[in-house]
Amino acid sequence: VWPGEYGLGREALPEEIAAWDVKIMPDGRGLPEGSGDVWTGDEVFAEHCAACHGDFAEGIGNWPKLAGGQGTLDHKDPLKTVGSYWPHLSTVWDYVNRSMPFGNAQSLTPDDVYAITAYILYSNNLVDDDFVLSHENFAEFEMPNADGFIVDDRAVTEYAIWHGEPCMENCKDSVEITMRAAVLDVTPDEEGTETE
Amino acid sequence: MSKLFKGKPTSRRAFLRGSVAAAAGVVTASAAQAGTPDPLITDVQPWATGLGDGVDASPYGLPIEYESDVVRRNVEWLTADTISSINFTPIHALDGTITPQGCAFERHHSGAIDLRKEDYRLMINGLVDRPLVFTYADLERFPRENHVYFCECAANTGMEWAGAQLNGAQFTHGMIHNMEYTGVPLRTLLEEAGLDVAGDLKDKWVYVEGADASSNGRSIPMGKALGDCLVAFKANGEALRKEHGYPVRLVVPGWEGNMWVKWIRRIEVTDGPVESREETSKYTDTLADGTSRKWTWVMDAKSVITSPSPQAPITHGKGPLVITGLAWSGHGAITRVDVSKDGGKTWETARLAKEGEAKALTRFYLDTTWDGEEMLLQSRAMDDTGYIQPTKAQLREVRGENSIYHNNCIQTWWVRPNGEAENVEVS
Repeated sequence: VWPGEYGLGREALPEEIAAWDVKIMPDGRGLPEGSGDVWTGDEVFAEHCAACHGDFAEGIGNWPKLAGGQGTLDHKDPLKTVGSYWPHLSTVWDYVNRSMPFGNAQSLTPDDVYAITAYILYSNNLVDDDFVLSHENFAEFEMPNADGFIVDDRAVTEYAIWHGEPCMENCKDSVEITMRAAVLDVTPDEEGTETE
Repeated sequence: MSKLFKGKPTSRRAFLRGSVAAAAGVVTASAAQAGTPDPLITDVQPWATGLGDGVDASPYGLPIEYESDVVRRNVEWLTADTISSINFTPIHALDGTITPQGCAFERHHSGAIDLRKEDYRLMINGLVDRPLVFTYADLERFPRENHVYFCECAANTGMEWAGAQLNGAQFTHGMIHNMEYTGVPLRTLLEEAGLDVAGDLKDKWVYVEGADASSNGRSIPMGKALGDCLVAFKANGEALRKEHGYPVRLVVPGWEGNMWVKWIRRIEVTDGPVESREETSKYTDTLADGTSRKWTWVMDAKSVITSPSPQAPITHGKGPLVITGLAWSGHGAITRVDVSKDGGKTWETARLAKEGEAKALTRFYLDTTWDGEEMLLQSRAMDDTGYIQPTKAQLREVRGENSIYHNNCIQTWWVRPNGEAENVEVS
């Protein structure tokens, strides 16, 4: 008798769990054995990634930039990349491994992913060109923006202010139009494509 | 979505063309002027003498052709391609609260996949007593619940942070849909797998991921997972649409749409957040000082006037006017919506079509008389926590302009004497 309340489903087998549970925790738990160096990563990146992300991970067209932007997070237009923004290296490995290349995901070997990850770090000037990333030294690496995140604080910074009985009459002396969408004109026409 | 709020430069030619097109669309529909008999009444019309379609004409019907403008639209420049992209619900043309599934917005990260019920598997593993695999048929044997909830993309209105950009409620507020879901509480499935081995549940999390290539993995604290989350397989009475996660998706009431994992294939109980790509690189909100908020799960109280609006101009001239819109809050039920016609100087309390439901869209109406003068229309929602929807200036004061997500500011439509409306910002 299955001990669950409804007795539905059946036990997941170790091979099935291993096939689907490929997530990597921030401390590196879940990483398979393997390694890859920057120069191997350069080759693998050129073959699988550069068509969209550029030879130097700088991004082509509208495709995501993976490198650059350090020190821009408080600018008007911050450039948020692996190097400038991402808090954990585990996320790079995990996301590349399970979801890249775009259109051919889950086609890379663990060593490929270690090498690509090493190359992305190199492209962000975070390691030297002789760097070798492996499951053994992975957890030692600290990302530049690791401390750049705070847990949602809206309850204190916003909810505590924006409540109560709102103004209903004479709430402002004057109202001026300060910005117009029709001047910018980037809205698609009725066919759902751009006007220009 | 890295280009989310970066617009194209102004084009004078396109601006002029757009103005002409908009003006031409505004005509006063004046049926049956007194004194002249209306031929639509005095002449026998073909539909009153001939026959319509048989009952076999349309086993599964689509809207009549005259409603062909009530469709999803996308904005090409927002994303690099249409696969990891977004489209928009035509909220300017809808009424009530239930979103027709066929025009309810889509957001995919690696496209809308085709997953048969026969091929569907759901795994529960990690810190559970019994790691389990369910088939679709298994899921239908658990006790079910029905609930109506809104699903709002975290990026809804995100293009408007730095200014008034897209001209229409569909584009500024249409990354949202509201459906009646049928499914099994996530709690039921977690309890079936057993949580004794997980120990103290307070510091435990659930990691959920989809069957698609993007996987869209997200970490959810155990309190929410054991709360109101649903593993849903029906929406608005029928199976989920392919693009909405067929055959099974996660419903995370009140929380940002990204966490509503579609084509859900795995639920893992973990001892901490995974800090996946979708909760580090994306769905984190950068503040003016360069630090970023993470785990901004709840969608705050918000509203928008859907008509009149840029895509729904006033075409009937002055006199009786129905101002209508939608309000919603991820914290609970909408209790009140105020409407201003003068850019926020004075406010009137609108009528809720029915009492607000927790974490669901609420329809409001202000039945008013238009004198033909220009208006600066705004709506302001309040929820049962006492929260009042803020202005964009208030939001920017706390967050700056680079948050991308969670823009729940008060929207302004400038309605001109000719009835056209435009997305504007006001002082």
